[in-house]
Amino acid sequence: MTRKSHETSFFRTEMLPPKPPPPATTGVLGWMRKHLFSDWLNTILTFIGIYIIWLIVSSFVQFALIDAVWSGADRKACLPHDGIEVGACWAFVHAKFNQFMYGFYPRALQWRVNLTYIVGILLLVPMLIPKLPYKRLNGILLLVVFPIFAYLMLYGAPSLGLDKVETTKWGGLLLTLVIAITGIVTSLPLGVLLALGRQSKMPIVRLVSVIFIEFWRGVPLITVLFMSSVMLPLFLPEGVTLDKVVRPLVGVALFSAAYMAEVVRGGLQAIPKGQYEGAMALGLSYWQMMRFIILPQALKLVIPGIVNTFIGLFKDTSLVSIIGLMDLLGIVQSSLADAKWATPTTAPTAYLFLAMIYWTFCFSMSRYSIFMENLLHTGHKR
Amino acid sequence: MSVATGEESAKVPLWNNPKVRAIVSQALLIAFLAWAFWTIFQNTVHNLEQRKIASGFDFLSTTAGFGINQVLFLDYTEESSYGTAFLVGLINTLVLSGIGIVCATILGFIVGIMRLSKNWVIAKLAAGYVEIFRNIPLLLQIIVWYKAVLGPLPGPRQSISLGSFFLNNRGLYSPKPIFADAWWFVVAAFFLAIIASFILAKWARKRLDETGQPFPVFLTSLGMIIGLPLVVYFLAGMPVHLDYPALKGFNFRGGMRIIPEFIAMLLALSIYTATFIAEIVRAGIQSVSYGQTEAALALGLTRGQMLRFVVVPQAMRVIIPPLTSQYLNLTKNSSLAVAIAYPDLVAVGGIILNQSGQAIEIIGLWMLVYLSISLGTSAFMNWYNAKMKLVER
Repeated sequence: MTRKSHETSFFRTEMLPPKPPPPATTGVLGWMRKHLFSDWLNTILTFIGIYIIWLIVSSFVQFALIDAVWSGADRKACLPHDGIEVGACWAFVHAKFNQFMYGFYPRALQWRVNLTYIVGILLLVPMLIPKLPYKRLNGILLLVVFPIFAYLMLYGAPSLGLDKVETTKWGGLLLTLVIAITGIVTSLPLGVLLALGRQSKMPIVRLVSVIFIEFWRGVPLITVLFMSSVMLPLFLPEGVTLDKVVRPLVGVALFSAAYMAEVVRGGLQAIPKGQYEGAMALGLSYWQMMRFIILPQALKLVIPGIVNTFIGLFKDTSLVSIIGLMDLLGIVQSSLADAKWATPTTAPTAYLFLAMIYWTFCFSMSRYSIFMENLLHTGHKR
Repeated sequence: MSVATGEESAKVPLWNNPKVRAIVSQALLIAFLAWAFWTIFQNTVHNLEQRKIASGFDFLSTTAGFGINQVLFLDYTEESSYGTAFLVGLINTLVLSGIGIVCATILGFIVGIMRLSKNWVIAKLAAGYVEIFRNIPLLLQIIVWYKAVLGPLPGPRQSISLGSFFLNNRGLYSPKPIFADAWWFVVAAFFLAIIASFILAKWARKRLDETGQPFPVFLTSLGMIIGLPLVVYFLAGMPVHLDYPALKGFNFRGGMRIIPEFIAMLLALSIYTATFIAEIVRAGIQSVSYGQTEAALALGLTRGQMLRFVVVPQAMRVIIPPLTSQYLNLTKNSSLAVAIAYPDLVAVGGIILNQSGQAIEIIGLWMLVYLSISLGTSAFMNWYNAKMKLVER
């Protein structure tokens, strides 16, 4: 059998010409072939995609950089003249910059705002870097001492030689940050309490927490703000008035506390039952168990969710402009009414500026959340 | 031993007994809440008396006296009552949210699938879209669409025209279909076809179970749902004609006008919500492990069958719960319409609030409407989750 097949076999006597090397699957070319030009449909999509990106980027650069007006005293600088198209009117943003940042805060006292910012950043940055020690001291300083310091600095205390600055003069980014940070600082403890209440074994405590959480989560924030600005004064005894800035703060804090509670509940539910049982077996009381065993683990698990709630809260602060506060959006809107700067490109420029500020804050928060998520998932990543 | 513990528990002081403590703390909570509500109630009654505001819902039958620039399904004039105005606002909210949900879902699914594309440019384009629009406040986006994009459009005489559609600073003018009476036969035929498809699907399922013979249900149903109304439409003598908008003087006459406030709200809401939906869709598809795909292909399913019977059902289980909460968010966010005076529930309510001063009643009505929408949706969600839960044995 083998011999026979051997006889009829064909033997090559000379070498074949070498074949061309296979298309590269590594390196830049290989990557491009795989991700951009794998077949004709993909190639078309790639070119359409590049064209769309080119359209967006080029018109953006044209508007914001090339055609932009960088300096000028009033609207004349930003008006189209001699048939030349004019892009972004950065001169307007430059002229109004102080107002956008501080509102009508007296110029001579703006160092107090800046000092508050610096202290806040100095306390916040080490808190955000997971490797640095003294987290407990840092947290107490940031969440307890700093708010008092900021209140004294921003609002003033005549007894300490700091002149009072009424909240009606606060505005711009300052007011946005005050509302966002107050909301964040108050909503976290309140949300933890509500989440514990919802998990509680006591039926009435549970019922009250559920009603509270579902109520605030079921209504839009704008109705909550209307409620706090119109209805809250009716609820208070005669003669007691609430500051115009404090009223929406109450609304924002309660609203975000409900959302925070649901995030924290997710963390509490993820803790295995053995942790609770172990803590109880050690003879810890309910609050000791929560403080030393459950909450440290649960809160750590839901840091990304907490940061996402913060992002939502930060974006939602723009709603206070609807009830007439001069936050970042409100003050930009009102400055657009200035006839001195009325040009076709003033509004787009101002909105672009606003969008960039909001975007920077929210995007960095979301990056931080992703960073923490990756850090915390090292143990049980698939 | 049990006797000993019994004796020991008797020795535990009353304030350390968990049962007693629970009862006492809950009683304290109730007492506090009752006190708080009572104080608020007293203060409110007192304050309302001071300001001479009558409470109650009698004001709803008072003449409204203001115009609304988008009235759908109802007859509303300035002589109508506050109650009618409120209903107009409610309908406007529902219409905006309904159309917004459809647009956001379509856009969100497209972008979500684009993010998973093997094509690097397409994936990055989708990622850029999501990262940019998700991180800018919705209110700012609404204002930009309204003031910076739709506001500077030319007047009616210089409208941007696309066939019979005209876009100008007064809105979008489009042909308006006018339905004759015989149109109802077409509608009836449509619903009849839907019912027939359900029956067909049930029959085909039964036949498949019994004999193993598949039946092309989808194509037949599609043919029925499109074909039957079409046949009736021609038999009834084409009972629809279009009313085209035409430039007369300084404005358009005839046709249908979609106000710019609506367009701005719709664009902003769907573009903003679509970013969240895209992320949900991406997470949902990624949650189906690749082994499922491989196994389906190994069983000899075609690509279409694999998607339809293996991947999509599993992805939908992950996608639908967060998707509904995004729909709810969109509905709640439609209340931002008040910023550009689109006459939704909150904007109309705000006007009534300013005119009549009935703050508590108006805000109560708002909360009632939104809470019923939210709670209704969560009830649906719970039902759906229970139905879709993995059956584990």
